[in-house]
Amino acid sequence: MPSHDVLIIGAGLAGQRAALAAAQTGASVAIMSKVHPVRSHSVAAAGGINAAISVDDDWHSHAYDTVKGSDFLGDQDAIEVMCSEAPHEVMHLEHIGVTFHRNEGGELDLRAFGGASMKRTAYVADITGQAILHVLYEQLMKHHETVTRYEEWFTTSLLQDDEGRCRGVVARDVRTGRMETFNAKNTILACGGAGQVYRPTTNALIVTGDGIAQAYRIGAPLMDMEMVQYHPTTLAENGILITEGARGEGAVLLNSEGERFMEKYAPNKMELASRDVVSRAEQTEILEGRGVGAERSGIWLDITKVPRKRTLEALREIVNIGKDFAGVDITREPIMIQPGQHYIMGGVKTDIDGATSIEGLYAAGEVACVSVHGGNRLGANSLLDTLIFGRRAGEHAAARSATMGMPKATDAQMREDVATIDAIIARPRTSRRVSEIKQELGDTMNQYVAVYRDEAGLAQALEIVKRLQEESKSAYIDDRGTVFNQDVLGALELGYMLDCAQATVVAAIERKESRGAQFRTDFPERNDAEWLKHIDISLNGSDPEVSYSPVTMTQWEPEERKY
Amino acid sequence: MAETHKPPEQFTLRLRRFDPESGEAPYWDEHTIELEPHRSVLEGILQAKAAADGSIGIRCSCRAAICGSCGVRINGEPGLACHTHLDHARASAGADGVIEVEPMGNMPVIKDLIVDMDAVHWKKVQRVTPWLIAKQPVPEREYLVEKEAMVDITQSMACIQCGACVSDCLAMEVDPGFIGPAALAKAYRFVGDPRDDEQDVRLRDLAEDPQGIFDCTHCFKCVEACPKGVNPMGQIMRLRRIAIDDQKIVDKNNGQRHEATMVGLIKDYGLLHEAEMVPRSYGGNSWFGKFHPAAGKELLASLPVAIKGVLKGKINPKIAIFGHKIPAADLKNVQRIYDKVESRPERYELNLYITGYDEVDEETPVPVGTTATNGDDESPAAPDTEGSAA
Repeated sequence: MPSHDVLIIGAGLAGQRAALAAAQTGASVAIMSKVHPVRSHSVAAAGGINAAISVDDDWHSHAYDTVKGSDFLGDQDAIEVMCSEAPHEVMHLEHIGVTFHRNEGGELDLRAFGGASMKRTAYVADITGQAILHVLYEQLMKHHETVTRYEEWFTTSLLQDDEGRCRGVVARDVRTGRMETFNAKNTILACGGAGQVYRPTTNALIVTGDGIAQAYRIGAPLMDMEMVQYHPTTLAENGILITEGARGEGAVLLNSEGERFMEKYAPNKMELASRDVVSRAEQTEILEGRGVGAERSGIWLDITKVPRKRTLEALREIVNIGKDFAGVDITREPIMIQPGQHYIMGGVKTDIDGATSIEGLYAAGEVACVSVHGGNRLGANSLLDTLIFGRRAGEHAAARSATMGMPKATDAQMREDVATIDAIIARPRTSRRVSEIKQELGDTMNQYVAVYRDEAGLAQALEIVKRLQEESKSAYIDDRGTVFNQDVLGALELGYMLDCAQATVVAAIERKESRGAQFRTDFPERNDAEWLKHIDISLNGSDPEVSYSPVTMTQWEPEERKY
Repeated sequence: MAETHKPPEQFTLRLRRFDPESGEAPYWDEHTIELEPHRSVLEGILQAKAAADGSIGIRCSCRAAICGSCGVRINGEPGLACHTHLDHARASAGADGVIEVEPMGNMPVIKDLIVDMDAVHWKKVQRVTPWLIAKQPVPEREYLVEKEAMVDITQSMACIQCGACVSDCLAMEVDPGFIGPAALAKAYRFVGDPRDDEQDVRLRDLAEDPQGIFDCTHCFKCVEACPKGVNPMGQIMRLRRIAIDDQKIVDKNNGQRHEATMVGLIKDYGLLHEAEMVPRSYGGNSWFGKFHPAAGKELLASLPVAIKGVLKGKINPKIAIFGHKIPAADLKNVQRIYDKVESRPERYELNLYITGYDEVDEETPVPVGTTATNGDDESPAAPDTEGSAA
């Protein structure tokens, strides 16, 4: 049975960074991912990574912008850690080979991003996530002797001993269908968010909340799950992302009257207000009948204001996206966009070292909630979050491993998971297809748990989610094989997504105010007196249970949020 | 302002299926789906998978041509399923209009459209020491490097490791050991990186390996296949040029001197001077080359072929020995082409990211990503074809 000091689930930026950090300490490290590491969704992060590296910048300014962006729900101790360590981390990335764009002096160039008080986003054209992910994978190839890679292995369960400690995982080799138990002194979840709960979403098909649900199922509380970010610029029909970098480079938003409507909503920062503000402004314009397109459900993003030469150099990917996925040459004409699900601020609750409330279980990246993003994440802070807290979790888990003996799990959980999978494969084709349920879930969430929410809609959503949970227990699949049976993995993912959806809806019902990404039309004001606190969701029996935890404040008092 | 909505239409997909557990041979499986014509082949496959047969195997994730998972062959051409419009795919289909989707070539099939990339692609990437060997000492802040140098290697960095170029590489088909387009493009990302300390070691390694940079046959297949405009062959040609010009590394296959001889002869005579080709390729690129021992040996070896050619009337001894003559004005024009090409600045001149726009008329189509295989009606932009310049 394979045994490792530190076992990391997920090989995006957080996972790979954790693996490299843990291996550096001499720990035996393995990284496991259901897809090849370079297919991880971090690859899609376009715009850049924030760090106060400019000589006239200061990490306190970055931290304040992040606190304000979070609508004061972010934990300020965690934000201080992230922002103060950011410059060092970006320099580390540069040293191991990330091809950051330079200024004329050969130093890192910086671009403007939403919610930031100055230019502090380092970038590689508009493929920053891809460039960093591929460079980290270069490092994993370099350190192949100290980091074992389990590529295309799907984790089915987290192992828990009688004392409630996490002792490794059960996983399935996607290529052969073989199931195996993995012992680990410490396990780090780094397997991303849950965007596929929504339809459409900018998130990849693999982003199905696996880690969030697996931790939740063994008792870890989830935090800030009601905070779901809608990105202001996604392609209307398929949710493909147009980077915020476009607005950072000078692109503007226009309604059907040709009006630059952000003047009304954020007179100072305009298009570069924080994402919740811009998405809400767009949605308001659409609801009030000033949308564009056949169904008046879109907004124009006009990139023609950016010099063409600069667009081709720095926004090349979205030139291609415009051409390939919308048939539009963005250097010559506006492109129709709308707000679309993009990121979840919530996740498995952790401390600033990535430790969850389950001993031996860590989490980092979008799967986790530290919480540095609070009610709303700033653009270009997510890459930073994955790297800072991935590294910290890796270091901390490795240090802890040095003081422990190797656990010895039995195969009991594995036998249970084998039985679960066999039962799914054997289901009669009399109920609903897994794909149908997934689609209904996505549509439901996008209708009721979106930019604007209210009690009635959320109650409706909760009822539907509960019904879908019931239906999923008998949902059938077609593939009876073992080699690359993606169908059966899809059925498991559906279960994870439904758990995440339920936690999100329950938390959204609970928070009776408007803050960050949560806007309740029935409670349109922010209410610090009652709701300046995190909502935690834990599994009690088979039902979610709500509790609260305080927001950590260090140096910034809540104030009115204006852009 | 473009309105992109067109009504959904029916498309038929013919998928190459293979179930390794069945013991049966691969077979074709047809599905009819309904989608707007500009939606992707991947969306079509996913619709078939969701509605009709969940056992169809295809790797996919981002749907936006960035994760590199869904490399397949569509109507015989490699590319990303998510990056190929249904209407374009139908236009390039056979007479029945059915879109054929097969797994990529040059790699073993695991199931349906899923190939074993570890066995081929990733093994080759490993071969090129795919990590930065950083110059020491590491600075406290960033390495100070030229802006253009970073943009230059961004073209290689833009590779998403999808394997489309590997699928179609003709050299690899003949010589499976060839390091290949994707891995060599990756190698350029380090050789072109001013922070790397072992560029000379890397180049010597890749040049002296008989399956390295000089094994590429210059067929342009990878350039056409790449959905991201990485231009792998162009990167290989840059590696060659740096190896030859900067590092003075000699190609043991003699390909480089053969090419130099060809270029030199045409410059001097306007047409190829066949009798000079062999001696100059082996003995050195000048009139005296033929007196070099290596040239003599090679000439002797080619004598039977030459005699056979003369006997069959395929070689005219007079022209072979004294060469072709073309009018002086024509020769002058040929030489003017040389002057123009040779006066261009080297190295960065043909990188898409840097000069993709400079030489292009403002009103012509955007020269970005035009090497896609999706039946795009824009022709590949001139700056993308570096390999054609010697």
